[in-house]
Amino acid sequence: MTSVPRTAVIVGAGIVGAACADALATSGVAVRVVERERPGTAGATAAGMGHILVLDDSPAQIALTKLGRELWDARADRWPTRVERHVCGTLWVAADDEELAGARQRAEVYERWGVASRVVDADELRLLEPNLRGGLAGGLLVPGDSVVYPPNAARVLLDAAVSAGAAVVERAPVTAVGDGWAELADGTRLEADVVVVAAGIATPRLVPGSGLSIVPKKGHLAITDRYPGFVRHQLVELGYLKSAHGAVRQSVAFNIQPRPNGQMLLGSSRQLDDDDPRVDRCILAAMVARGIDYLPRLAALSVLRTWVGFRPATPDNLPVVGPLADRPGLWVATGHEGVGITTSLATARLVADRLCGREPPIDPGPYDTSRLREASTHA
Amino acid sequence: MADASPMRADVIVVGAGPAGLAAAHAAATDGARVVVVDENPETGGQIWRASHRAPHPRARALLAQLERDGVTTLRGTTVFDAVPPGSLRAVDAGGHSVALEAPAIVLATGATELLLPFPGWTLPGVFGAGGLQAMVKGGLDVAGRRVLLAGSGPLLLAVAAALRRSGARIVALVEQADRRAVRRLAGTLWNRPAKLGQAAALSVRLCGVPRHHATWPVRAHAGGDGWLRAVTLRGADGSETTLDVDLLGVGFGLAPATRLAQLLGCELDGDRVATDDLLRTSVPGVHCAGEAAGIGGVDCALVEGAIAGHSAARRDDLALRARRRLRRERGFAAALADAFALRPELRELPTSDTVVCRCEDVAYGALADHRDAHDAKLATRCGMGPCQGRICGPALRFLRDWAADRVRPPLVPVPMAALRETLATTDSTP
Repeated sequence: MTSVPRTAVIVGAGIVGAACADALATSGVAVRVVERERPGTAGATAAGMGHILVLDDSPAQIALTKLGRELWDARADRWPTRVERHVCGTLWVAADDEELAGARQRAEVYERWGVASRVVDADELRLLEPNLRGGLAGGLLVPGDSVVYPPNAARVLLDAAVSAGAAVVERAPVTAVGDGWAELADGTRLEADVVVVAAGIATPRLVPGSGLSIVPKKGHLAITDRYPGFVRHQLVELGYLKSAHGAVRQSVAFNIQPRPNGQMLLGSSRQLDDDDPRVDRCILAAMVARGIDYLPRLAALSVLRTWVGFRPATPDNLPVVGPLADRPGLWVATGHEGVGITTSLATARLVADRLCGREPPIDPGPYDTSRLREASTHA
Repeated sequence: MADASPMRADVIVVGAGPAGLAAAHAAATDGARVVVVDENPETGGQIWRASHRAPHPRARALLAQLERDGVTTLRGTTVFDAVPPGSLRAVDAGGHSVALEAPAIVLATGATELLLPFPGWTLPGVFGAGGLQAMVKGGLDVAGRRVLLAGSGPLLLAVAAALRRSGARIVALVEQADRRAVRRLAGTLWNRPAKLGQAAALSVRLCGVPRHHATWPVRAHAGGDGWLRAVTLRGADGSETTLDVDLLGVGFGLAPATRLAQLLGCELDGDRVATDDLLRTSVPGVHCAGEAAGIGGVDCALVEGAIAGHSAARRDDLALRARRRLRRERGFAAALADAFALRPELRELPTSDTVVCRCEDVAYGALADHRDAHDAKLATRCGMGPCQGRICGPALRFLRDWAADRVRPPLVPVPMAALRETLATTDSTP
């Protein structure tokens, strides 16, 4: 497909699908969104934390997360209260001098990319977050990071798309997709100039044979009762990236998020090869122990609920955004792993700019589907 | 994290009301090592809740038996997590974690009062009927206070009688069911001398109390001090009256407490835990008895408890002996449910600004767009607070036909430290 599409079908109304619907509808494309549940109530969007952050583990990751954060910020005045947007910043916690040295290196990277950050020493860390245990070396403060409530953010994006003329079909599972078409469970066949599959971990099942390697990475979260001010920033241990993107089968890392109402979300865990949607008590216990290790007084605070979610993970930790080989009318937008909320708006921007013949603000190459073909020919 | 080794038994009974105590006794007489866990400081459940003066005589008799049977009872201990078939984790009153292991469990988790939201139901001075009775047993002075009891079911009568004995002035007893339906139920009691006796005794104790049928509360009004001052009642004929009161005890019957069963993966049958003749649930090794398996009252709970206890102790032969009594009790339970079935007009009780979820302050109108509990929870926070939908869940089941949302550990809020210790066996069921 070379000309600008007039019609589009988007499969999935999680945060990525909703953002794509908004970006395409406001670009003048006639959009239909099909969602197997209700918008924002399923998949990683319903289960995740909603941390908007710039992540620096590769240049392509920084570029996409930075663009994502900028787009979230650009709509700051338009996010209604129910999105619970709160610019609390991220404080990356260094346990020892080695991690603090790592923090300094990251600060340099952020500086090169024009992202404000500041290394703090042990004393300032205590002032910023008095409930952290003693003996920590310091940290890296990224003040521009924020938190949102993803299910409602997805709805708000979809509402914006609907205002721009998009139609939404709820509780309509898609059974098959192809070049310019999608088929629903009830037999309905939808046709459009382009189909964008933003179905998270369900995407490979819908587009078999595409070389798409997206695996569910299981995660756990626990939410506390309301303790306003117990932590003030999203706190993440600097060892997080090691845990998040390492090759080990399972890992936990300290990651806690203050919600505007005083509740806290405690993460995080990562497990491969586990598609059981039930809470794994062993990994939950390890995750909680990690949290209490960093915040000893957390031990006495009340937990209301725990749950499980699945992140759509790719081998190179980058999302897959673009058309499938030889099927110009069939695009995918998925594989965002744990940063899908941050990168949803950036992904939608890439999709809409490329489809509508505009120059994207960042190079779309690193996220393109072409690398799947390379991977499969080299394999 | 080092973990104390779990307490092991042959049968764990969760809940020390009539069903749980009967189950523990039955299993113990079959030679099983039994542990009973109950969240309350005293055994007896809601119905046999000890007053601040003296324990209930029937509970005392069963407890004495349990002591002779050598049953271990953990009071003030709340189960917050479970993995089938028989691995439980609880917290004691001090917040310490307790692990329990057994090849068989009997769930005797009882019921919660069904509270339907209506304008003013959150005012101070409005209580659940059972909750009000519990507070009086706990020492709340109601002498000379004007109390209105409204809603549905036999519990209202028992509460009215108890409050009256404590010196309260019962302004009226208001039942939503038709008088005819209730009379029909009374007519079925001729072959049940014990129940007939109870009903007669209650009637005597409530002599002189104004009784209304086919009537329900529609609004509670606050006085200048913000406390309850009056309640407006509506009759099926559309007439309204307003009564000045000091306290309102309200309850629309009971809802089976099924969250532990759901966490264990037990199938539900409507709002209750599905069980067979031997009170086995759909999960091997897990039994369920009493109100959680279907609202049936204390006599039904005692029979069910005995069956479940024997069955959990692998004495199905003994369990089967009580089958006829079970059928009889369940027949009565069905008649009871029929007589006190909630009328559809009650679905109109909440207005759009009536708070439905008290924990998260969610108004009924905010739920209008949503089609199930999960969807509503994610969008509005309904049921996300400390009670985790224990109050609004059953209400929304009636108001909107919403099935209960998924249950996740912990079943009750627990200190973070309680989750740090792992269950002795991990979940490995398919």
